[in-house]
Amino acid sequence: MTSALVVDTALVLLVLGLALWITAARAAYGAAVGFVAYGLLLTIVWVRLAAVDVAMTEAALGSGLTGLLLLGAAARLAPYEAAEYQRRPGLGLRVLVGVLCAALAAGLAAVVLLLPDPAPSQALAVAAHLPATGLGNPVTGVLMAYRAVDTLLESVVLVPALIGVWSLSTEMAWGGRPGFLTPWRSGSALPLLARVLPPFGILVGIHLVWAGADDPGGKFQGAAVLAAMWILVMVAGLREPPRVSDRLMRFLLVIGPLCFIGIGAAGIRLAGAFLAYPEAYAKPLILAIEVGLTISVTAVLGLLLAGPPAPEPQYQRQSRRRS
Amino acid sequence: MSGTTLFGLCAAALVGLGLYGLICQPGALRKILAFNLIGSGVFLLFGVIAQRGGGVLALAGTGRDGDPVPQALVITGLVVAFAATAIAVTLLVRLAETSARGTLEGDEPPPPAPSGERRP
Repeated sequence: MTSALVVDTALVLLVLGLALWITAARAAYGAAVGFVAYGLLLTIVWVRLAAVDVAMTEAALGSGLTGLLLLGAAARLAPYEAAEYQRRPGLGLRVLVGVLCAALAAGLAAVVLLLPDPAPSQALAVAAHLPATGLGNPVTGVLMAYRAVDTLLESVVLVPALIGVWSLSTEMAWGGRPGFLTPWRSGSALPLLARVLPPFGILVGIHLVWAGADDPGGKFQGAAVLAAMWILVMVAGLREPPRVSDRLMRFLLVIGPLCFIGIGAAGIRLAGAFLAYPEAYAKPLILAIEVGLTISVTAVLGLLLAGPPAPEPQYQRQSRRRS
Repeated sequence: MSGTTLFGLCAAALVGLGLYGLICQPGALRKILAFNLIGSGVFLLFGVIAQRGGGVLALAGTGRDGDPVPQALVITGLVVAFAATAIAVTLLVRLAETSARGTLEGDEPPPPAPSGERRP
C-alpha cells in the first residue's frame, strides 16, 4: 500500500464519516455545520482527482455559500424541529429503506469497478483544438467554447432562480430589501472582519477570473469569492442589501447573459454559427463574456443568499436593534 | 486498488446514504441536506470518470491529467445546484413562516366555514 493510497483511504473515511453525521445528526444545525466541513474535505478529494477548477468551485460554492444558506435556514427552522422528529418513520421501514439504498450504492460501486478500460475521453480533442481559442486552461476552453451553450443556459437559469426566490415575498414587502441576512449584533468582531477582509477577497476574486484563462480558476470561482465578500459586508451590517426594485441592480443581474447572447448572435454573422467566435478575436471576446458573467453571477449569488424582500418595518426594527 | 477507484466507491456510498436520508428524514431541511449529499456523490462519480479519461493525456505525454469536459460540466452543475438549494430553502422558510411547520406533511383539512357565510 503506497503512502498516497493511505492518505486517500483516510480522506474517504473522513468524508463518509461526515456524510453519516449529516444524515444521522439529531439537530439540523449540527448537520449543516457538518455539511460545511464535508464540503471542505470534498475540496481535497477534487484536488486528488486532478480537478483544481472544480475544487475551487466546491470550496467557495458547495461548502461556503451553500453552507451559509443551510446554517441560516437551520437557525430559522429550529423551533419546528422537535415536532418533526416525532414523525420519523418506524424502525422496520427505516431498515427496509436502508437495505434498498445499500443495494443502490452496491450497484453504483459495481459500475465504478466495471468501468471500461481504457476510458472514453474527449481530453485529446480538447487539447488539440485549445490553441484556436487562445486560452491555456482546457476547462475554461470547454466552458466558453466547446460547451458554450451549457454555460449560456446555466448563466441564464440563475436569473429565473432569483426571480423564484424574490416571488416568495409577501405583496406588502415587494420592492423592499432582502431580509435573510439580518445584521449581526454590534460589539462582535464581524464588522472589523468585514472591513479588513474584502480588499483582499476582492483582489483574490478578480485574480481568479483573470488567471482562469490560462490557469485553474474562472468566472464562477471568482464570482463566488466576490459574492462571499459582499455577503460578509451585508451580514456585518456595514451595507444594506439593495432594494429588489433597484434598476441598476437589475441591469447588473442580466448584463452577463445579455453580453453572452449578443456575442453569440454576432457569431452567426462573423463565424458562421451561434456562439462561434471569429478566430482572430476569440480570446478578447471570451474575456469580455467572462467579465460580464462575473458581474452577473456575483450579483445573483449574493442576492440568492439575501433571500426574498422582507417587509420594511421588520428590517428597520432589526437595524435599530443592532445600533 | 487505485485512489481513483476508491473515490468512485466513496461516491457510490454517498449516493446511497443521501437517498436514505432523503426518504427517512422527516424534516424538509434535512431532506434538502440529503439531496445535496446525493448531488455531491453524483458529481464525484463524474470526477472519477474525468480522472480516468485523463489517462489518454498522460499516454500522449501532455502534462495535465483529467478530462476537462466532465470537469466543466461539474462546475456548471455545482452552480445550478446552489441556485436550486437557494430556492428550496427559501420556499421552506416561507412555508414555516406562514404555517408554523417545517415538514412536507399534507395540509390539515381547513376549519369548516361558518354556515351563515357559505356561498350559494
